Amino acid sequence: MAQSKVLEVAVGLFVIAGIAALATLALKISNLHSIGPSRGYDVKAYFNDIGGLKSEAPVTMAGVRIGHVASIYFDKKRYQAVTVLHIQAKYNTIPVDTSASILTQGLLGEQYVSLSPGGSTQYLKNGSKITMTQSAMVLEQVIGQFLFHKAAEGEQQQPQSPGAPGLPAAPATP
Amino acid sequence: MNQIQRLGRATIDTLERLGRATLFLLRVLRATRTLTGRFRLVVQQVYSVGVMTLVIVLVSGLFVGFVLGLQGYNTLVRYGAESSLGLLVALSLTRELGPVVTALLFAGRAGSALAAEIGLMKTTEQLAGMEMMAVDPMERIVAPRFVAGVIAMPLLAAIFSVVGVFGGYLVGVGLMGVDGGLFWSQMRSGVGIYNDVLGGVVKSVVFGVIVTWIAVFEGYDAQPTAEGVGRATTRTVVTSSLAVLGLDFIMTALMMRGL
Repeated sequence: MAQSKVLEVAVGLFVIAGIAALATLALKISNLHSIGPSRGYDVKAYFNDIGGLKSEAPVTMAGVRIGHVASIYFDKKRYQAVTVLHIQAKYNTIPVDTSASILTQGLLGEQYVSLSPGGSTQYLKNGSKITMTQSAMVLEQVIGQFLFHKAAEGEQQQPQSPGAPGLPAAPATP
Repeated sequence: MNQIQRLGRATIDTLERLGRATLFLLRVLRATRTLTGRFRLVVQQVYSVGVMTLVIVLVSGLFVGFVLGLQGYNTLVRYGAESSLGLLVALSLTRELGPVVTALLFAGRAGSALAAEIGLMKTTEQLAGMEMMAVDPMERIVAPRFVAGVIAMPLLAAIFSVVGVFGGYLVGVGLMGVDGGLFWSQMRSGVGIYNDVLGGVVKSVVFGVIVTWIAVFEGYDAQPTAEGVGRATTRTVVTSSLAVLGLDFIMTALMMRGL
């Protein structure tokens, strides 16, 4: 009888350890917010270009995470990307003239949506739309613009530079 | 002509075996209904199948985590992305390594023991003896072992993953100097409950069914000789390892498409 008691205690401990491990996986290791219909409200934000934004990306205000991107789809009438932002219920005093921008954590990090509050006294609620948005910074476009700008600058400076023909022009100092 | 005949016979044998195994699984599933009043039998088997496998799972999980931490750090530091180490370790463990490595260990430690035990019972005519006493060996011997395997496997896989993440944390944060806060926050922002954690649990349940099914079938179907029991044990480990790896590929492909 004592033998079987030890055995049963061991099995009980094993099952507890296993369930604790499952709970750890769910609560500590993964982002649990996506389970079930969490309380909060959905706001739509229209962007011209979302870059590499993905659903489940954080939505922040002043750097604090207040929600996440629930879904992303394409609006075929407006030719814009629609992001559904799920904001936690406790942040219910966000002005309607809030603007949204897609930013990147670090140079190559994950993209997220940052909200900057406006001054209105009316607040965003479920189904509200944010149309004041700033698109994602696409690295290629930025580099392209930078190069274009540099080239234009160089053309302007060309006639002024007194470089003798045949000699390489002195590098322009910014 | 002889070659063709041999190929045909091998195919028919394989199909026949597969059919026997399927019918056997149905009989086992039907026999599990009788376990509701005799849960003590299952508890005993959870001990020998699960608790006895715990040590090897804990040790392997820890070392797999160590290695993932070291290797991941060495690769990620080249791109200056060592803060993602936690994400790499946790994703590899919850999605793939946890269920698969645990299933392989489970096949080696518990599956082989199950097959040998049932095979030996058959060889020593204990199963026949039970039938003589109007005790169905399906209900008394096979079904509790099957249910215990299916219960134990997901728990073991979850323990493996958690211990592995801990091992990765020890190496990454303790040894390599990755920031501890970044390790956890990157992990938590990147690991999804549905795709990653739940997918891993589904995998481990499927592997539990497959490995235990193969083990009890091979044992029950063994030639009643010493050699036959040995062959059944070997075949359990080989077949279930291959089945786990093959099914893992299929399930990963299905889950990735569903993303």
